[in-house]
Amino acid sequence: MDNSTSIAATTPPAIRLDKVSLALGGRQILSDFSVEIPAGKVTAVMGPSGAGKTTVMRLITGQIKPDAGEVWLGDARVDTLKPRELNRLRRNVGVLLQNGALFTDLTAFDNVALPLREHSGLPEALIRRVALLKLQTVGLRGAADLYPREMSGGMNRRVAMARAMALDPDLMLYDEPFAGLDPISLGVSLRLIRDVNQALGTTSVVITHDVDEVAKLADIVCIIADQKLVASGAPQALDESDHPLVRQFIDGLPDGPVPFHYPAPSLESDLLGSSGANQ
Amino acid sequence: MSPFDKPKGWTAPVRELGRAGLFLITAIRHMRLTRLQLGETLRQIYFAGVRSLVIIVTGGFFVGLVLTLQTYDTLTRFGAADAASTVLALSLFRELGPVLTTLLFAGRAGTSITAEIGLMRATEQLDAMDLMAIDPMERIVQPRLIAGIIAVPALTLIFNACAIFGGIVFAVFMMGNDVITFWGGMQASVELWRDFGHGMLKAVAFGVLAGWLAVYYGWTARPTGEGVALATTQTVIATAISVLMLDFVLSAFML
Repeated sequence: MDNSTSIAATTPPAIRLDKVSLALGGRQILSDFSVEIPAGKVTAVMGPSGAGKTTVMRLITGQIKPDAGEVWLGDARVDTLKPRELNRLRRNVGVLLQNGALFTDLTAFDNVALPLREHSGLPEALIRRVALLKLQTVGLRGAADLYPREMSGGMNRRVAMARAMALDPDLMLYDEPFAGLDPISLGVSLRLIRDVNQALGTTSVVITHDVDEVAKLADIVCIIADQKLVASGAPQALDESDHPLVRQFIDGLPDGPVPFHYPAPSLESDLLGSSGANQ
Repeated sequence: MSPFDKPKGWTAPVRELGRAGLFLITAIRHMRLTRLQLGETLRQIYFAGVRSLVIIVTGGFFVGLVLTLQTYDTLTRFGAADAASTVLALSLFRELGPVLTTLLFAGRAGTSITAEIGLMRATEQLDAMDLMAIDPMERIVQPRLIAGIIAVPALTLIFNACAIFGGIVFAVFMMGNDVITFWGGMQASVELWRDFGHGMLKAVAFGVLAGWLAVYYGWTARPTGEGVALATTQTVIATAISVLMLDFVLSAFML
């Protein structure tokens, strides 16, 4: 349970990060990081803020390249692909970004139709049907003519989800899909992610730090901290873990292996003015 | 280096120019003409060009009025008031038309292009496009760049026409001069290629410059409110300075 090999033993991996190291802006984000994400399952990638969860997603999509190590998506090594090959690969990957990132000058319908118009080669009449069906899946066929500014945050994210699955990708990546959602929208998002995974047999990776929702949704949970994968396994197994970092994360403890205080000189030296850092 | 990490140090202006040049080359290399692209380009010409008409028409009319007023006042002292239409036409076609149109375009459409692209980056729309295997350079930058190149010369023509109309309003309707003398003086002294043609060549060059700088500063804007605000200011300043400098260089070669 403590490392990724236990998952890989039962299901072939859809995604594999092997000994990846990456520094951004002079800060080491990942160091010798390895993980394997199985095909056809919902995998939650969790960890404290700033631990590198979104960075892992950006590595998988090829938006950034590792300083060392390998990133594999199926049989393709993402970090060495040429732009044209990477684009071909991305057509098979749906990504839901944190705020939806809908194109503000397009209606909900046109947002969903855009990837179909670009890549499918289908006639417009068929594109219309497919886009409407995708909107129907997320319950927003009736909002097809609305612009993003005319919809709520939750609706925007559902349209973005319809757009991400427009080309029926084999892999869906969700970046913080539950952040800032009301309980109803959150329930809708949970059901949609689960339904898409089951109906299309899609591999789903959910980047989140929402412990309660993960228990309802994920087949496998990976926890990132200290630049590494510190635990992975079924949500129930993680509940029983006695790893101090996993315990702090699951129980939401303010202090522990991830300290409450940002590294600083001693309070005494700061207050008595010996360091002079804030003068 | 991410697009919005600006070069620092004393070599920064040269490196910034180099980056902007490479950006333009990349944009040109990514150019593709598809039905979707054509539609988006026409839409951008509408936004950048047609929606700038109010400022161009008003600006042109009043520039024509004031220019004729000043030339009339000066030339009357020398008994050469009939030459006012010649001065108006030559100064408009050769210099004021292209330069003032580009400055007005930068303030109205250039800033809007920069802010739009900057906000698209801030709201992850460019990332989303990239992740959908749609090239943002092709879908976002190219139509706006072409829109600038087409809109500035077209707006220059309209600016010139409105300024001449302003000149007629002052000289003929307000000062009571003969309209035939006004047109005759202009037709006798203006050469189609040397005056009008050179001015339009300048307008095309300024259109490339204004469109290029607007998309470049939008593309490299920091994805924050402050970053987008700074980028729009940079668009106006950079366009104004470089247009005035390029105007001198082109004039020197064309004369």
